Amino acid sequence: MRPIRKRRLQLVVLLVVGVGTTMAIALLALQENLNLFYSPAQIVAGEVEQGVKIRAGGLVVPGSVKRDPDSLAAEFQVTDYTGYVTIRYTGILPDLFAEGEGIIAIGSLGSDMVVTAEQVLAKHDENYMPPEVARAIEEAGHPAGTSL
Amino acid sequence: MNWTWFHKWGSPKWFFQKTEALVLWFGFLCLILLVVGTVWGLAFAPEDIKQGNSFRIFYIHVPSAILAQSIFMAMAISAVVGLVWRMKLAHIFVQVAAPIGASITLLALVTGAIWGKPTWGTWWVWDARLTSTLIQFFIYLGIISLYQSIENRDTAYKATAIACLVGIVNLPIIKFSVNWWKTLHQPATFKLTEAPSMAAEMWVPGLIMLVGFYLFFAFAVLVRMRSEVLEREKRTAWVREYLEKKNVL
Repeated sequence: MRPIRKRRLQLVVLLVVGVGTTMAIALLALQENLNLFYSPAQIVAGEVEQGVKIRAGGLVVPGSVKRDPDSLAAEFQVTDYTGYVTIRYTGILPDLFAEGEGIIAIGSLGSDMVVTAEQVLAKHDENYMPPEVARAIEEAGHPAGTSL
Repeated sequence: MNWTWFHKWGSPKWFFQKTEALVLWFGFLCLILLVVGTVWGLAFAPEDIKQGNSFRIFYIHVPSAILAQSIFMAMAISAVVGLVWRMKLAHIFVQVAAPIGASITLLALVTGAIWGKPTWGTWWVWDARLTSTLIQFFIYLGIISLYQSIENRDTAYKATAIACLVGIVNLPIIKFSVNWWKTLHQPATFKLTEAPSMAAEMWVPGLIMLVGFYLFFAFAVLVRMRSEVLEREKRTAWVREYLEKKNVL
C-alpha cells in the first residue's frame, strides 16, 4: 500500500474507532434508560416510584389469571422468577396473551404494589413452530411452545 | 497478493462491460426466487402455533431488515475504499445504494408495524430495536440529502463517505439492541452459533426470500451504477462506441 493510502486508511480507522468509543460511552451512561420496561424484581425492590407511568414486563404466572365474568376486567401476576407483581387491567387482552407468555403492561404502580395498566402488550419470543410439530412434541410427552 | 483485479474493477469502462450480462442474471434470478419464496411462504409454509397466519409477514419483514443493515455495511466498506483508494466507482456505489437502503429500511419498519399490531397489540413502541432502526432510516435519508446539498461532486462524495463511517456505529446497536436491553422486540431467531429456533419448513422459504432480496439489491444497484457510469463518461470514446453499437446514436 502506498504511504498516502496508508495514512488515509489510518485516518478512517481512527474516525470509526473514535465515533464508536464515543457512542459506547454514551450508551453505557444511558444504560438503564434504554430499557423498555421494568422487571418484577425491580418493582419489588422498590426501584419504581408509585403513581408514575411505567412499563412493567414479565411472564404471566400460570394459574394467576382471574377474569371478571361481567366485564373486561382481568387481574394476573407477572414474574421474572425473582419477583412477582400483580397487574390489573380492563380491556381486550392481545391475542398472544397467555399464561406463561411474556407481556408488557403500561400503567402505574399503586400503593398496594399493584400495577394498574392502561394497555397490555404481548411479547412474543424468537421461537416459531408449526402446529403439527407442536402436537408431535406434546404427544411425545414434552410441553410445546414453552418460552422463558 | 495480486491486486490487479481490484484496480480493473475500479475502471468504469471495465465495470460497465463486465456487468452487462450480470445485471440480467441478477434480475432474472431475483424474480424467480422472490416469486417462489412468496408463494411458498404465504401458501405452503405451515402457520405458527401461537401467531397463526400473521407470522407470514416474517417472509418480508426479516429479509428486508437484514438487507437494510447489509446495505449500510456495504456502503461503509465502499466508503472506505472511496476515501483511501480514491476510487470513483466506490463513491458511486455509496450514492446509488443509499436510496435503495432507505426504501428497504422503510419496508422493514412498515412490515414490522403491520406485524406488531396483531401480535404485540401496538403498531409502534419506542424500544431499543425499533428506535435504532428508525435512526438507521434517518441516517440513510441524511446521507442522501448530504450528497444532494453539496454542489461540488468530489466534496459531496467525501462528505457522504465520512457520514457512512459515522453512521456505521448504529449497526451493532441495532443488531445487539435486543440482547443489551429489555425490548418488546424478540431476540434473533437465527444465530451463527446455534440452530435456528424455527422449523426447517418455515425458515427455508425465508432463506429463499433473503437470497432473493440480496439479488434484488445487486440488480437494482448495478442498474443504477451503470446508468451513472454512462452519464459520467458520456464524452469518452468507449461510451460513444457502445451507444453506436446499440443503435442509440
